[in-house]
Amino acid sequence: MYNSGKIIAGLIVFVLFVTFPFLFNMGKASAKPKPSIDTPVINQMQVKQCVESRDFMRTEHMQLLNSWRDSVVRNGDRIYVNKAGQSISMSLQNTCMNCHSNKKKFCDECHNYMAVTPYCWTCHIQPKENMPKENVL
Amino acid sequence: MLDKALTGSKRYWTWIFILLAVIGMAVLTYLKQFNEGLGITGLSRDVSWGLYIGQFTFLVGVAASAVMLVIPYYLHDFKKFGKIVILGEFLAISAVIMCVLFIFVDMGQPMRITNVMLYPTLNSVMFWDSVVLVGYLMLNLVIGWTTLGAERKGVKPPDWVKPLIYLSIPWAVSIHTVTAFLYAGIPGRHFWLTAVMAPRFLASAFAGGPSLLILLALLVRKFTKFDPGAEPIQALAKIVTYAMFANVFLLGMEFFTAFYSNIPGHMHPFHYLYAGMEGHNKLVPLMWVSSIFAVASLVLLVFPSLRKNEKILAVACVMLFTSLWIDKGFGLVIGGFVPNMFEGITEYWPTLPEAIITLGVWAIGILVLTVLYKVAVSVREETA
Amino acid sequence: MSINRRQFLKLVGASTVAGIGGTAVFNGLRNNGLEAAQTSPDPRSLKGTGTVTRWGFVVDMSKLNPEDYQKCIDACHSIHNVPDMSGLPEEVRKRQEVKWIWKDNFERTFPTAPEDVYQNIELKEKNFFLFCNHCAKPACVRVCPTKATFKRNDGVVMQDMHRCIGCRFCMAACPFGARSFNWRDPRGKDDKGQPFIKPEKENKEYPTRMIGVVEKCTLCTERLAVGKIPACAEVSNGAIVFGDLEDPNSEVRKIIASKYTIRRKPELGTQPSIYYVIGGGEHAG
Repeated sequence: MYNSGKIIAGLIVFVLFVTFPFLFNMGKASAKPKPSIDTPVINQMQVKQCVESRDFMRTEHMQLLNSWRDSVVRNGDRIYVNKAGQSISMSLQNTCMNCHSNKKKFCDECHNYMAVTPYCWTCHIQPKENMPKENVL
Repeated sequence: MLDKALTGSKRYWTWIFILLAVIGMAVLTYLKQFNEGLGITGLSRDVSWGLYIGQFTFLVGVAASAVMLVIPYYLHDFKKFGKIVILGEFLAISAVIMCVLFIFVDMGQPMRITNVMLYPTLNSVMFWDSVVLVGYLMLNLVIGWTTLGAERKGVKPPDWVKPLIYLSIPWAVSIHTVTAFLYAGIPGRHFWLTAVMAPRFLASAFAGGPSLLILLALLVRKFTKFDPGAEPIQALAKIVTYAMFANVFLLGMEFFTAFYSNIPGHMHPFHYLYAGMEGHNKLVPLMWVSSIFAVASLVLLVFPSLRKNEKILAVACVMLFTSLWIDKGFGLVIGGFVPNMFEGITEYWPTLPEAIITLGVWAIGILVLTVLYKVAVSVREETA
Repeated sequence: MSINRRQFLKLVGASTVAGIGGTAVFNGLRNNGLEAAQTSPDPRSLKGTGTVTRWGFVVDMSKLNPEDYQKCIDACHSIHNVPDMSGLPEEVRKRQEVKWIWKDNFERTFPTAPEDVYQNIELKEKNFFLFCNHCAKPACVRVCPTKATFKRNDGVVMQDMHRCIGCRFCMAACPFGARSFNWRDPRGKDDKGQPFIKPEKENKEYPTRMIGVVEKCTLCTERLAVGKIPACAEVSNGAIVFGDLEDPNSEVRKIIASKYTIRRKPELGTQPSIYYVIGGGEHAG
């Protein structure tokens, strides 16, 4: 092999570079995320039910929010009929966060674990931890 | 062929590192702008476009100017341009890259740039501008690289390049026409609302771009073993002369319409730019320099005895390029925003961070140009 | 089969582009949207009477005392979390302020109907409210490359802050200077440490915006959706009348039919939906 010194050195640097995230986090296992639904509004609910089922929300909540966004902002439609036939007002700030008013123990639990930083909160005002708003549209 | 850019003299590498240093500084400054917002520039609610968009506008013209070499050489068999067409095409690539970068640094939410492609809006000129610019970049990359590669191998370029070359001719005209449409279709700003915006853009492009090319050809001759030849340079100089006459004539037409009609909305931007208004006159010295340089360069260019003297030609080209850079890269944009939509005056002057970022984008463009020219010149030296 | 380095690199490059491009196209085509039957407008939303709705204002400044002008401005800016930059030095504030509604004199509101020396002094010095005109043929919508600003069926020129790329083409196109850009973080602080959006005034039911997007009056679409008229109109003591310009029996149409009204820069063809009642002499003030 020509230039074997440079090539092997380069390969080693490349492998180190690519595996750096794994090497850096070795031994630092994070606990499985435990999102908490212990909020005043949810505690008062007889049947603890979100807009859609938990499994649907786990996988699709971002797609749902995007659809809600386009529906409200672009089409002017604010009422959503969920799979169970209930009518719900489409609003992250006023509907979702009204029940899930504990962003740190709910939203952030999984987001931090997955190292995603959705920038919804740059504009949409976070609820004060565990304090629901009085008026819901 | 890119490997040719990786070998060079000490002078070459020093130049590269200087450019990289400038680029590094600009990247750090851009990060500041990204985090703190465009408020660190001199822009304002009234003057919402400034140096970045002005530079973009000017450089689209430089990019389009490659067509002034392509038409004579490929369409009319003007063999004298054979050796320097590649310089024009590579200049176009560098200029378009700078255009795209200037748009990028000007955007408030650059991470969302894909929205322009995801939600194509056919009635928006800006959408079409991005389409034609990217297309032009691709065209020039493919054409330039293929023709240079063929030359290096000592064969004719493949047949499929010809239709692309012919396509690049109307495409070059279109990129600058579409950019002119950004301005010429805006209802409220009388400085821009003129049918001669596109013709003036094209005229100034065909003057400014080739004049830069003349300067680059002279530099290439000085620093490398490749001599573009005196005749192509003289042919370019004639193109620059006629184009600049057209540009200055059209500017004169603008003045006439504004002042003979006596309509306040038409006159006020000219008043502000060339005489100042209500005590605001930041741009006046700059605009007069632009006009004086324009006339002076024309005087030097119109007399063949002066034009044939390459030293005088170089001076004329520097003056001309500077004049157009001021006029199109600065005065044009500001004139549309001052006075504002309430007939008030909010002035604009770039801030230091803005200037550093602008310099950085230019440095990136010059770096691309240096690398591409190094490749082209090395191929020429190889096959000579 | 032998392959040289150049061909190999070309193959890798093409595969990468195809892979990334293919996935992007596939994801884009996947139907993420909701079924049409699932969404509908709020039944409380304000509706016009006919097949076509065109919301607009008639502004009659004579119905408002000058000391009450700020009430209307505050009503709008507070419920929409518009950052208050009055704590910044004046030259900076003038350049970077965000305003959805403001007041200015006749000369600045109607610059193409310039006053001359013979005109009624009271009228020249009178203040008018300026906002987005929600034009019928808006130049800003025509130029937006992403449809971040668009015209709704009811005539409102709306702003989608999620989609805005901050190119500010709309600001260049708007002949009325109605649009503001977030030159800095609206949730930031001025040099004295005062936040632009005071926490005690924050409306928690409406978002703020972020750095780098354009914003403007949205004719209070969030209020229209629940059956309320725009905030500025509600507190204006009748100075701002909200209504459907396409409904010949609406109050706005009745005023336009009976009084002399003008619009800003009508010669530009954008067809503003904001009409200003104008009077001279005994009609002024």
